[in-house]
This record gives sequence, C-alpha cells and structure tokens, in this order.
Amino acid sequence: MNENIIIQLEDVRKSYGRQEVLKGINLSIVEGKTTLIVGASGQGKSQIIKHILGLVKPDSGKVLVYGKEINKVSKRELKEIRTNFGVLFQNAALFDSMTVYDNVALPLRERTKKSEDEIARIVSEKLALMDIEGSDDKYPAQLSGGMRKRVGLARALVLNPKIIFFDEPTTGLDVAKSNEIYRVFSRTQARLGYTSVIVSHDVPKIFKLADYVALLHNGAIQDCLTPEKFQLSDDPVIKEFVETTMGPLYSSEMEV
Amino acid sequence: MLKYFEKLGTYALDYINEAGRMGIFLFHSAVSIVKPPYKIFPVLKQTYIIGTLSIFVILFTGAFTGMVLGLQGYHTLSKFGAEGLLGSAVSLSLIRELGPVLAALMVTGRAGSAMCAEIGVMRISEQIDALECMAIDPHKYIVAPKFIAGIISLPLLTAIFDVIGIFGGYLIGVGLLGANEGMYFSSIYKDVEFSDVYMGFVKSLCFGMLIIWICSSKGFFVHLSRDGGYGAEGVSRVTTDAVVLSSVSILVFDYFLTSVLL
Repeated sequence: MNENIIIQLEDVRKSYGRQEVLKGINLSIVEGKTTLIVGASGQGKSQIIKHILGLVKPDSGKVLVYGKEINKVSKRELKEIRTNFGVLFQNAALFDSMTVYDNVALPLRERTKKSEDEIARIVSEKLALMDIEGSDDKYPAQLSGGMRKRVGLARALVLNPKIIFFDEPTTGLDVAKSNEIYRVFSRTQARLGYTSVIVSHDVPKIFKLADYVALLHNGAIQDCLTPEKFQLSDDPVIKEFVETTMGPLYSSEMEV
Repeated sequence: MLKYFEKLGTYALDYINEAGRMGIFLFHSAVSIVKPPYKIFPVLKQTYIIGTLSIFVILFTGAFTGMVLGLQGYHTLSKFGAEGLLGSAVSLSLIRELGPVLAALMVTGRAGSAMCAEIGVMRISEQIDALECMAIDPHKYIVAPKFIAGIISLPLLTAIFDVIGIFGGYLIGVGLLGANEGMYFSSIYKDVEFSDVYMGFVKSLCFGMLIIWICSSKGFFVHLSRDGGYGAEGVSRVTTDAVVLSSVSILVFDYFLTSVLL
C-alpha cells in the first residue's frame, strides 16, 4: 500500500475488565479506498471503528487520523477531525423522536448556516439517492430495517464527508435488502468518491465492494490484503476463514 | 477478609469516579450554555416539557398543601387564640420552604425521570455517539436547553405553587373554618418580606439546576453505571437512581441553603 494513508492504528490494545478485546491492532486505511474488516462475531470489529471515531480510548497504542492522535487532540480539534466523518451505525442510530426528514437535516441544521430551503433541497436529493423519497414524515420506528439503514446512510452522507464508516451495514437484512444497500453504496461511492471503512461478516458478497480486506482474529489484524490475495492467502488463519465462510471452492484454486 | 476490603475499595473508587464524571458533566454543560450559537426553539420546547406540562400537578399539589396547612394551622393557632396569624403561617411556610421543595420534588418525579430515561435511551441506542460522530456537541444539543429550561421553569412553577397554596389555605382557613378574611390577607401583607421571597427564589433556582444536572448526567452515563448499565433494565435502574438522588439532594441542599440564607 503506497497510497496516501489517512488512518493508522498502531499496536492498539483495549481491555474490558479482565477480557482483552483488542490485543495490538495494526491497520492502515488508504484514502479513497474501501477497507473491509471481517472476522467472527464478538471479535471486536466494531471496537476498531469506535477507536477510530474517538468514542473509545485505547489502553495503549495510537490511533492516528490525518496524522493526529485522536485521543490526545483537544476537543476542538477532535470536532474538526470528526467533520470529515460520516457513520452508519449497526442499528442506524437514528434519532427516534425525529422524522426521517429531521434526522437527515440535523447535521445541516447544526453544522452549517444553510437556509431551510437549501436544507430541504439537499435532504430530498439525498433521500432520492437512497430511493426513499416520500418517507420524509415517517418516524424511524415506522420504517423497515433496510429503510432505516438507508436513512442512516443518507444522514451519514448529507455533509459529503471524506471518510465513511459502516458498521455491519447489512446485518439483519434479507438478501434482496442487502443487495439494495450494496447497490446504493456502490452508486454513492462512485459519485462521491469517499474513503470507506466497512465492518461486516457478509462474506463473500461484501468482497465485491472492497479494495482491501483485513481479518480480525483473536484480537489482532491477521493481514490486510486485496480481496483476490485474501482469498488465495496461505496464512492458515485466513485460509480457514475463507474456507469456513466461502466454502472449499476458493481454497482449491491454489491447488490448480 | 481481604476480599471484603477490596470490594469496599472498588465501591469507593466507583463513587469517586461517578462524582468526578458528574462534576465534569456540569462543567461542560455550563460551558455549552454560554457558548454560541444560541437557539431559542429547543429551549422553548424544553420549557414546555419541564414547565408547562408540570403546571397541572403543581396546581394540584400546591392547592392541597395549602389546604392542609390551613387546616393544621388553624387548629394549632386557635389553641393560642392566634387565628389571625393563619395567613402569615401558611404563606411563610409555603414561600420559604414548602413551595420550592415540593415543586422541585414534583418536577423531579414528572420531568426529571422522563429526562433521565430519554437521555439514557439515546445513549444505549448510540444516538449520543452518532451526535458526537457528526461533530455535534451532545452537551450543547441535548443538555444545555434542558438546563436553561429548568432554570426558567422551577422559579415560575414555585411561584404558582405558592400562590395556589395560599389560596388553598384561604379556602379552608377562611372559607371552611371561619378565620377572618381581612386578617388572613393583612397578616400575609405584614409578615412576608422580600427576603422570604428571595429565599424561595434562590432555592427554586438551585433545585432547578440540581434536578437537571442529576437526572441528565445519570442518563448520559448510563453505559458507565456501576452495575452494568446497558439495556432497558439499565435505563430503568439509572432513572430510579436519578429520582432518588435528586429527591434526597433537594432535601439536603434545602437545609444548607436555608442555613446560608437565614
């Protein structure tokens, strides 16, 4: 990876009580690319994102975003760094007492000085991009899981962030809904060109979106490779992961 | 034996941690109130929720508190032939003590619990994390309007409580038990001074801040609460904690404020 690295995790460790969740994470996120973090459930994948976002402080190690250590910067600098972020949380984290429209409009109202007319134009444009026009007045509780994720994505994209984090974007959705999310994702990334970090275990489908795949195993990043190299890796842990999630088909390619 | 001390130490450290967290929370909230931009609509909305929606319960409890004061006061004072002082007894009890305390307790039960649960649910459903990631300060967005609304609402609710209580006392003392109407009001006019109203005002202001501080910080830190805070059970537990702690703090602070202001 000789491209521009914008996020770097160096030997990040984190324990909760006596359980060490992250045991020395080393990971680099390249600008303009999609990095996928995979691994079994409960390995701490979401924790990596939370560390990058500055929501959780590591016990030791460094999390560098644009060269700045995120948990050592001032509150003002942290806020400035976060203006580059867009986050789609696992459960979408929509504000449940606000309508879809207000949810998507919130970052514009709070972070910009745009007029309500301009906000309305941007919000309807983003909702159209997600194919959810006409749901403006609904509340999150009235939406299906897939729609909620799309509203979450619209809200994450509304300020045209440079880096977007997706925490399990398709968990709990059926195949058709997952495909819809992937379609929306590809379309928006092609149009907006953001850097993205995806945490998912929807393997192998999600591989199509990724430029790099990192496997989190036993609290550490096993390796970060292109999807092709990942699938053909000799590393026994990666090989086992590929075989378990994708079947022996992929591993047999090595033998040919 | 060693385990017992270890446990005791852990509890002590937890309490110190929580106190520190709440202190920092108060500081951040105070800074966020002062820091621009200033938005009026969220404050109005919170004033409606904390203040306007509490009026009914304040009217109700205020009236009955005044009525029972009238009843008790009349019977006690008549033993000394001092029924004429009923007005000042009722009004001074209400203005200096019962008005601010009972209004604060009512607001804690009605609005404080709701506030704690609302913020707690926002925390466990990652809505507060989402705000932080959007570079929106949750103190400014969620807590500051509630603080301002609490500071505005509590003195006004206390004033309503006092007035309705005095009329409740009048209704029973004069209307039912036959105390002299003129004496009732003239004793109020004669004995209630500005310092009494000032004491009630300062108390209600402090209680307003205390309720919002305790209830919102308890909800805000539900995920860090001592016995594992996540989930509906965690929210219900901190809500109970918040109401109990607010109510106890109101009574404790009341004593100290009275001793300072007297």
